[in-house]
Amino acid sequence: MFFWGIKMGDYTYSELGSIFAMQGFAGISLFSVLLLMALGLAIIFGQMGVINMAHGEFMAVGAYTTYFVAVVTEKYLPGFMPYYFVFAIFLAFIVAGALGYLAEFALIRHLYKRPLDTLLATWGLSLIMQQSFRSLFGAREVSPTLPEWLLGSYQPIESIHIPINGMFVLGLTGFVTLGVFYLLYKSNWGLCVRATTQNRVMSGAVGINTKKIDRYTFALGCGIAGIAGGAFTTIASTGPTTGTLYIVDTFMVVVFGGAASLFGTIISAFSIAQAQSLLEFFISGSMAKVYTLFALVLILMFKPEGLFASKVRR
Amino acid sequence: MTFVYQKLMGGKSGLTGFVILAALILVIFPLFLDSFRLNLVGKYLTYAFAAVSLVLIWGYGGVLSLGQGIFFGLGGYGMAMFLKLEASSVANTAIQSTPGIPDFMDWNQITSLPWFWEPFNSFTFTILAILIIPTVFAYIIGAAMFKRRVGGVYFAIITQVIAVILTILIVGQQGFTGGINGITDLRTLNGWDITSDSAKNLFYFINCALLLTVIIISRFILTSKFGSLLLAIRDKEDRVRFSGYDVSNFKIFVFCFAALISAIGGAMFTLQVGFMSPSFVGIVPSIEMVIFAAVGGRMSLIGAVYGTLLINFGKTGFSESFPELWLFLMGGLFIGVVMFFPNGLAGLWHDYSHHITNKFAFISNLFKRKVSVTSDAPVTQKN
Repeated sequence: MFFWGIKMGDYTYSELGSIFAMQGFAGISLFSVLLLMALGLAIIFGQMGVINMAHGEFMAVGAYTTYFVAVVTEKYLPGFMPYYFVFAIFLAFIVAGALGYLAEFALIRHLYKRPLDTLLATWGLSLIMQQSFRSLFGAREVSPTLPEWLLGSYQPIESIHIPINGMFVLGLTGFVTLGVFYLLYKSNWGLCVRATTQNRVMSGAVGINTKKIDRYTFALGCGIAGIAGGAFTTIASTGPTTGTLYIVDTFMVVVFGGAASLFGTIISAFSIAQAQSLLEFFISGSMAKVYTLFALVLILMFKPEGLFASKVRR
Repeated sequence: MTFVYQKLMGGKSGLTGFVILAALILVIFPLFLDSFRLNLVGKYLTYAFAAVSLVLIWGYGGVLSLGQGIFFGLGGYGMAMFLKLEASSVANTAIQSTPGIPDFMDWNQITSLPWFWEPFNSFTFTILAILIIPTVFAYIIGAAMFKRRVGGVYFAIITQVIAVILTILIVGQQGFTGGINGITDLRTLNGWDITSDSAKNLFYFINCALLLTVIIISRFILTSKFGSLLLAIRDKEDRVRFSGYDVSNFKIFVFCFAALISAIGGAMFTLQVGFMSPSFVGIVPSIEMVIFAAVGGRMSLIGAVYGTLLINFGKTGFSESFPELWLFLMGGLFIGVVMFFPNGLAGLWHDYSHHITNKFAFISNLFKRKVSVTSDAPVTQKN
């Protein structure tokens, strides 16, 4: 009676194949946004230990920046329309990063020793940012006019449609992920970041300017959330509370993957997005989310350190 | 007598604070507020149960639960299910296609009462369910988390996710739960009209008495050896563990107790407000409960009540006249409290009253100077 069954028997195998393929590609858009959000949060939460509840709002900053650029371009530079999107994503990164820099300077740096309090303070920040969006852009959801090359879909066989915007966002995500990997694990700066997060005092003693490192790390995390916002505009419209819808999922992605592991973050974003997207076809969207989150909570109860725990002695 | 004075009331300062609070909510509010406003204060005081529970689990236990809304909601929904069944008697729902089931089920083409609704026909079962289900639920969560030494941030996030799951479930399964509107239109309790002013007044006083009792029991827990251990666990968990204590059991107990308190608050909420909806279950209310405790003072049981009252008065007042400003103010309050007053109102009161007592001591010393010279030692208070 109180059971929501998945009726798979009603479909033939070839239909199921097409469904899996299409829902899989739909899941890729969700995967991209989740991964972009989670990359920023993995840096801020996984590396720095700051619980940034305003992370979703930094994503919304990116989305609103993209919208703003789209509106301005449409009005003053219609010829630039096909190319604005790349510029907008770049600007989203800069704006969200700059705001993150400010937030770290004004707020976060006073709270490094009290991680639970960063949660409350950044929740306050998220309330202020939400109301600012409402005052600046109105309470209604907005979406930018996308350039034509992003619209439509690619059709390899008759029953499968692959949306182009999804592919574009996936490419962008891959690019950003590689960039973050390079920055954190190959560059000198990444070495300083990892040293600071492992032992702040010792890093200071060997001459790393830990305050500066913290500030730029936080700004980078927020900037990536901004890119996620830019990508988000291609798949859904943006409202003042868009950020809050994604913040819990993003935290789950980071925690499930293992807080300090970027590789784990990718795997976990992929599995969460795909599980949700596939389930959505068979049962209602809300129940798909319940099942996914519930499975995550269960797994985390048995494996609290996440899929790929970092082997660091604390 | 000393047991009552020291353990239940918390000594002189604790007793003064308790008496002032009791006088405020039992005498002053009923005397000066009309029935509507008093009912509003009663609603705020049900949130205070959750705020007090957060003082226990977060202030003393050091474990931030972002899921107090879950337990508040379970308590509230338990009571609402009973009242709804009573309101949907066959006579009242004769116009439905299936009389005798709650109206929202009828709207969702459900033709018989789901099995988990059946026991809520009994008032005794409902009361037991309100007290037991949230506690058992908290035990399951707590045992799974604390036994595996999951704490701090991870616990906060996981409790938050559970709150989200519960909200989505309630909203999504509207045939069984009433959906986003919740369970509304609750009129009678065992045939007694709960919407009348006299009933509302009575509930207000019952609510106050329960809240004060909860504060006394909580204070007993905190002033006992258990409370000292809880503080020790918060500050140096490993040392307590190495001393031979099973740390997780202490945390599980306090988490279960906190859940129980919140559930009582939830049930009282339903009785006084006359409905229950998912908007009191999810992330936002859960975090708001944390801010009530933070503003009042995360280490003060009584402060938590004042924090709840203050913020809710502010919210009602501001959102009536300047709805845009309210979120800015609320956000600013979060940041300000965390950054500048981590001990909240109670911390301020502690510092300030200390200052006043010193002034008084100084003035009285002026008069007493010839008699005694040594009495100006600083007055220290135990929190």
